[in-house]
Amino acid sequence: MAASGCRGVRSILWKYGSCGKNFCVSRSKTVPQLPVRQICVSSSLWKKNLAAAGPQKFTQEFIDKQVEEFEVGKRHLANMMGEDPETFTQEDIDRSIAYLFPSGLFEKRARPVMKHPDEIFPKQTAIQWDAEGRPFHFLFYTGRQSYYSLLHDVYEKILAIERHQDKMRNKGLFTSETKQILLTGSRWLLKEEIEEYLVENISDHDYVRLIQLMEKLLSMPYCSLEEEFILKFRKQLEAQSSKHEIPALQYDPQGVAFSVADGRRKTAKASITLRDSGSGNITINGRNYLHCFPLLQDREQLMFPLHFAGALRLAISRALLSFVSEGEVERIRQAGLLTADPRIRERKKPGQEGARKKFTWKKR
Amino acid sequence: MQCYGFIGLKHTITHNAALFLTLSGRSSKGNMAAGVLTGVRQVLRGPRLVSAVFSCHGQTFSSAAAAPDTAAAEKILNFPLTQPDYFRLSELFTLKDLFEARVHLGHKKGCRHRLMEPYLFGSRLDTDIIDLEQTAEHLQRALNFTAHVAYRGGIILFVSRRRQFGHLIETTARECGEYAHTRYWKGGLLTNASIQYSPGVRLPDLILFFSTLNNVFQQHVGIRDAAKMNIPTVGIVDSNCNPSLITYPVPGNDDTPVAMEMYCRLFKMTINRAKDKRRQMELLKGISASV
Repeated sequence: MAASGCRGVRSILWKYGSCGKNFCVSRSKTVPQLPVRQICVSSSLWKKNLAAAGPQKFTQEFIDKQVEEFEVGKRHLANMMGEDPETFTQEDIDRSIAYLFPSGLFEKRARPVMKHPDEIFPKQTAIQWDAEGRPFHFLFYTGRQSYYSLLHDVYEKILAIERHQDKMRNKGLFTSETKQILLTGSRWLLKEEIEEYLVENISDHDYVRLIQLMEKLLSMPYCSLEEEFILKFRKQLEAQSSKHEIPALQYDPQGVAFSVADGRRKTAKASITLRDSGSGNITINGRNYLHCFPLLQDREQLMFPLHFAGALRLAISRALLSFVSEGEVERIRQAGLLTADPRIRERKKPGQEGARKKFTWKKR
Repeated sequence: MQCYGFIGLKHTITHNAALFLTLSGRSSKGNMAAGVLTGVRQVLRGPRLVSAVFSCHGQTFSSAAAAPDTAAAEKILNFPLTQPDYFRLSELFTLKDLFEARVHLGHKKGCRHRLMEPYLFGSRLDTDIIDLEQTAEHLQRALNFTAHVAYRGGIILFVSRRRQFGHLIETTARECGEYAHTRYWKGGLLTNASIQYSPGVRLPDLILFFSTLNNVFQQHVGIRDAAKMNIPTVGIVDSNCNPSLITYPVPGNDDTPVAMEMYCRLFKMTINRAKDKRRQMELLKGISASV
């Protein structure tokens, strides 16, 4: 690329101070200035190729600066609100921002927010090689070092367990009835959670491969040796029944235990008091329930939680929780009595008879 | 940038080897110093025990600027190149070891690659037998080259696509402090490195292929890419492989676990020896400088 014509062109371009930013010319003194036509340089040369740039990368200094600014801003905010800067927590920050910048936007993520930079900027991998250019990780050149090193470690553990099995067999102590890892109530981590753990993107195929490898590890008799490693990749499912708030048992002056609970269905609201060792009478708004619910179907709905083998059934079930034992709470939950029915009446739309019913359709 | 000196050989080298031996360092920008070509001409002048040495500068262990230090540093780098077997690698293996590790067993006659015929001793009951004397020579050369690269702080990449030995090779690489790639080879790992990794990444200075075929019995993409990027390669070529693009082919069996364990052990020992020797020389230099 050392044509003299090119050199002439370059010098002219430098003289006119023109658009070719990629040229770094230093030879203009020796070459005579030729009357050369201006070369048109396409704008695609200096425009940033946004597609090829990839996700925006932040340097470590930038992130550190942001963290500093956040800390300083937090103190300013605390002073503004008249609170102690030392004990200003994230909840206080959220509260203050909501107070100072009230926003009526429905989308919660669009509202003004002030959080620690680690939560806002995505986690990025730092420079992965030392001063001489040698990468730190031995699988760096595969392109996905964390994922492949995880597979490598799991396979290593499988081999270790096989060696242990062989040793036991040699000694004659091999048994299949070894301590099994408890896997009930937990699930494998999802692909997104694994990506977060590895700070790398993996495909569905890779995820399936990883799970297959873990299952292979679990299928071996002596897998309990690696229990804590396996449990790192399992997530405990929360016991659903613990989510319900059980209303506290209260006692009236006569010593009779009672509990109060609310329930809602469509537009009806109910608030009930359930008393212990009562006569079995049900009064609604002062009137006997036979007057309010002449239909057997409605009365069955009312009595359903009490028999086990919309706003009243839920309230009774909730109130009942404080009287019954834990196992029965689970049975009530599984019978579907504690799930609030979220269905409401759908609005009627213009151009239609009702919410879904359309006017008669005529072909012509 | 790192330059490699020409390691003295007893025999005439193949034209492939000449081109790749005298190479400049690999960065993702892929520069080639002009001094390379003069080196090549020097080498091809005569098949004698030549050690045509280039002056190297840049990323090496020491970074001192004073004159006696640079002289000592140059001595550390250049002295091993004057000896034919500086690291005494011929004591690492014998012909008998190769035989017992079943290195001589090739594939069946039908799988034979035409270019492997010079390396075969013959065939017995349709199975090709690899000439172990040639293997021993080639292996000696390959180990010598690997040792010199490791001595000068080069990055060595262990590559294989055999799932049977992937774990073994990764473990070997980790134990020598080098790098391994026994997984699916993505397209532009070497040729498009500044985008696949980050700009300014340093590419491997030597690639060791423990099996030159991939899982569909085609030549591994890494061989062609390394040739494109001027990275020297050492490869264990079986009787169904193509040895043409590989800088230091080593004809031998790549299917038996015994043979693979032996190769891994040999390469690990060479690399460790070379690195230990380098540390020793640095220490001696430090001692002699302070004295």
